[in-house]
Amino acid sequence: MLRARAEAASAALPPLLLARGPVTAIMAPGGHGLRRPGTGEDFWQYRPAHAGDTAATIDWRRSARGDAQFVRDRERQTARTAAIWVGRGAGMSYRGQSGKGESKFERARLIALSLALSMIRAGERVALLGQPAGAGATQAEKISFTLGAAELLAQDGDHPDPGAARPGQIAVLIDDFLQHDALLDAFVQRTADLGTTGVLLQVLHPDEEDFPFAGAVRFETVGGQRHETRDAEGLRRAYLARLGARRDQLAGLASRSGLVFGTHDLGQPLSEPLIWLHGVLAAR
Amino acid sequence: MMVFGPIGFGAPMLLLALAALPVLWWLLRALPPVPKRVRFPGTVLMAGLEDPDPIARRTPWWLLLLRLAAVAAAIVAFAQPVWRPAPPMEEGDALLIVMDAGATSAPGWNTARSRATRAAENAIASGRPVGVLMADGQFDESALTFGADNSVPALLRAALPQPWPGGYPEDAAAMLGDTPDGSLRTLWLSDGLDHPGRTDWLEALNARGPVQVVPPGAPPVSLRMAESGARPLLELATIGDAAPEIRALGPDPQGIPRELARLKPEVASTRDGVTTRPVPVDLPPELLGRVTRFQVDGVESAAAVVLGDDRLRRPVVALIGDGRATSEGQALLSPAHFLRSALASSARLIEAGLADALSARPDVIILMDQVGLEADGALAEWVDQGGLLIRFAGPRMAASPDLPNEPLLPVRLRPGGRDMGGALSWGEPRPISAFPAGGPFAGLIVPDDVTIRAQLMAEPAPELAERTIATLADGTPLVTRAPFGKGQVVLFHSTANADWSSLPISGLFVDMLSRLVASAGRSAAEADSAEAREGIWTATEVLDGFGRLMAARDPAPVEGEALTKGAGPGLPAGIYAAGERVAAVNAGGPIVAATWPGATVETARPQGQPLIGWLLLAAALALILDMFGSIVLRRGSPAAVLIAGLLLAMPHAPQAQEIDPELARAASEFAMGYVVTGDAELDETSLAGLTGLSQILAARTTVEPTAPVAIDLETADLSLMTFLYWPIGPDQPMPSAEAYLQLNRFLRGGGMILFDTRDADIAGTGPDGSDDLRRLAGPLDMPPLQLVPQDHVLTRSFYLMQDFPGRYTQGEVWVEAANPAAGTINDGVSPVVMGGNGWAEAWAVDERGLPVYAVGVGGDGERQREMAYRFGVNLIMYVLTGNYKSDQIHVPELLERLRDEDQP
Repeated sequence: MLRARAEAASAALPPLLLARGPVTAIMAPGGHGLRRPGTGEDFWQYRPAHAGDTAATIDWRRSARGDAQFVRDRERQTARTAAIWVGRGAGMSYRGQSGKGESKFERARLIALSLALSMIRAGERVALLGQPAGAGATQAEKISFTLGAAELLAQDGDHPDPGAARPGQIAVLIDDFLQHDALLDAFVQRTADLGTTGVLLQVLHPDEEDFPFAGAVRFETVGGQRHETRDAEGLRRAYLARLGARRDQLAGLASRSGLVFGTHDLGQPLSEPLIWLHGVLAAR
Repeated sequence: MMVFGPIGFGAPMLLLALAALPVLWWLLRALPPVPKRVRFPGTVLMAGLEDPDPIARRTPWWLLLLRLAAVAAAIVAFAQPVWRPAPPMEEGDALLIVMDAGATSAPGWNTARSRATRAAENAIASGRPVGVLMADGQFDESALTFGADNSVPALLRAALPQPWPGGYPEDAAAMLGDTPDGSLRTLWLSDGLDHPGRTDWLEALNARGPVQVVPPGAPPVSLRMAESGARPLLELATIGDAAPEIRALGPDPQGIPRELARLKPEVASTRDGVTTRPVPVDLPPELLGRVTRFQVDGVESAAAVVLGDDRLRRPVVALIGDGRATSEGQALLSPAHFLRSALASSARLIEAGLADALSARPDVIILMDQVGLEADGALAEWVDQGGLLIRFAGPRMAASPDLPNEPLLPVRLRPGGRDMGGALSWGEPRPISAFPAGGPFAGLIVPDDVTIRAQLMAEPAPELAERTIATLADGTPLVTRAPFGKGQVVLFHSTANADWSSLPISGLFVDMLSRLVASAGRSAAEADSAEAREGIWTATEVLDGFGRLMAARDPAPVEGEALTKGAGPGLPAGIYAAGERVAAVNAGGPIVAATWPGATVETARPQGQPLIGWLLLAAALALILDMFGSIVLRRGSPAAVLIAGLLLAMPHAPQAQEIDPELARAASEFAMGYVVTGDAELDETSLAGLTGLSQILAARTTVEPTAPVAIDLETADLSLMTFLYWPIGPDQPMPSAEAYLQLNRFLRGGGMILFDTRDADIAGTGPDGSDDLRRLAGPLDMPPLQLVPQDHVLTRSFYLMQDFPGRYTQGEVWVEAANPAAGTINDGVSPVVMGGNGWAEAWAVDERGLPVYAVGVGGDGERQREMAYRFGVNLIMYVLTGNYKSDQIHVPELLERLRDEDQP
């Protein structure tokens, strides 16, 4: 189900070839030329054959023009690597006050999988943060399975593991980022330190952005935080201000570290964040 | 007790708590309602936020009112309000409790006793001495003792009503001599009836202090037999309008005690407050003869029971003939046997000598082929006083030379008699002609096959025609009857056994005899009851005060005269016997309603109606409503209220019946079953064997069995199984009877069991020789068996084969014997296959699919194992396809016929 919806969503978009971030120097076939000979699809150069070359590697067509034997070299191509992380805090299970419809977590992992599929179609190497990257249908299968089986944590917030940041790996972090977490800052800092980049996508429910409450309310989170008020309506302004401040804080953190911060509202269609991510990740 | 209008309060001080209600009002208004609980992830952003302008939400007025109402109701409830409380009692210095304890007090006994116990405990608690007078008619006439310890309530708790009418001691003044000083308050727990000595006592007690009379909780009922005889009349006397039905109880034809009839009382007549209803007992004689007691429906009292005795019970018939035949053949041919069979259901039979029989005062005496009676002996006297004498003719009578002068015969007989239809006679046996309409046998249907071969002939006489009540087809008398004093003499001109006629073996004989016995005048026995009651009587069964009949313990012999006075102290109602005579003594009698001048009689509801229960209920309801209201306020949705309501009234979900999943699999996917024998090694072999066979079947045929199922005969539901392998081992215990019932159903329902004695029939006796097989399979509903014939379906249901080796080869195999009549059951498939070749051992494979047991030697052995597998395949094919394969036997013939049709 998740996979089918993700396939449908990603099929509407072209394959996403990552433009941001450094290209890894490791041996991994992909779509990015390294301007040096190696395995790849594009022609790079003819070079004279030397003693180690086998007869099969000699380009006979070019060699027939002269006495020397030439070998046809191709440009070495490699893939960029992206690591996707979806927050699993208990707050991500929020479905709005009605209790019906899609939860934030479901939307978040749908975005993640659609993005992953889109990148895999472009030949990029994709991983869920902290797992080995790979390309191709096998990796798509792995990712969709892992995301489908993912379960929420018992505490409210979640954070990426700073130790999982890798050089040359673009981080795509999807969460509600409502709770301030020093480890998130640490992860972003480390990403910047490693010279790579990433995206922060904040997924929120419309009810979290509108605050449609009134009267005496005791607010609770799954993790056990609570706030009791006599007049929730009067609290709305203060809450929205806090939310705006948190977003500013996140945007500031992102821009300081060379990441991009975006928000997504569950009221919007799925294509909106995907197009935005495409735009951000494919921009040169 | 504080009384406001019609309501009194037991604890009025508690009402002061109502003053706290305004405080509660203020408190509840001041406290805000519980906030709504909302789960919201954004809460993390709200830490430390302050309400900009706090609004105190107040509890809505209706919720407030509801809570106040609940509290108020609870306070008022605990103040013990009573609706119309009983007026306060006048207290005296001592309390005397008078209890009617006769049979008529039994219906309201428990109420009265608990009332008395309570009163006694209250009095003792307040330090007043209490005396108890049990008015059950038996007193030692000493002064009443008053006590203030717990022995008085204990005495009351142990008291029981007596199975005789109650009564009071004669000398009231003497018994009250030991009364403590001061006024004496009397609590009189009456049964509503007057008993001897009551007025004296009432006067004496009125003089000493207040008398409070408690009428009975249930009206007293008395049932007595007003008239006895063939149509008895009962009389139901009671106080009030209740007209309960009367149950007639007795053994049914099978001898099981049950209710035989229900009698309805007729129109009531009321006199002096006592309602009397006649209850005619209009029952058929044979039913009436079985009634042992009449009982008022729903009233437990010895006075409401009329026990039946000789007056009511079935007629007593004395059989007098030659002494009991000794050998069995003679016993079954003797006339007494036929008469016994015919009369046993409708009469009480006495078989004794004439003198003994007469002393038992029977209603009917039957003489079988007796001659030489005395014309003026005891028997003649008995008949003269109203007895019915029935005589049967016979060879002895026919041979008597003095027959014409024989007394006690309705007609004069000719010696000899005649034979019809004998080897040397001309005539045919004669049938009986239809009975005349006016005679005692009118309306009885004469079966065609009843014929008379021999009879005694009557001398022609003028009165012969009128004395004849049944004739043969040729007009000669068969039964004659003549009055004799107050009684009658009846003669059957044939025997009472089947020697002379087929009448005694027909149903007509029974009907004729019961008509005759019913016509016996039984008034004679009752007319001189004083004489009938003479002698020494012993109680066999007695009633208790509640009308329950029980065997008499240590009965004291009673003089006959005492019996005639009815039940009384020391003479409980019950059944009394003296020799063959039986008499019933009943406790019910005429009753008189009591009046109470000068005493306070409590009204029907003296206690007042306590309101505490209703008020607590109102408080609980208010609290439940409050809960719903609170839920509405907190959740804001009526659906939540609905859920809460459902939770309150959630019934237990019914639990589905569990079916063993293994058996369900065997039913849906086919698996073979093996009987668990309790011998672990044997069970393992069975499992391995069936596993091996399953693999072979799956490999070679379209039958693909799943893993074999272990069947515990005691618990498994065999209806889901098709095939059972039952290895016979010495250690298996006998299954239970239920298990065998289920096995038989399994066999009849198309299942098959393969019995394997695994002994290769070394004894050479066939499987029959195995003791264990006999023991285990004996209770099974097994058809006759035969050796597998050459053309049996087993030999060709899949493979063609002639012998059926397992691990051994020599054993014979038995199946159900071919039986054309039984072919419709099970499609002719044998429900059992029996042998001793140890098939499971030959089939057994381990987990790797390799054989477990060695079979034979070398190549021959492998061939034998192969044949064993083939037998298994054939067997399962036979089980599953039934006689389908046996139809193949007709194929050549059908082909032949087709060929003929092709070539005309």
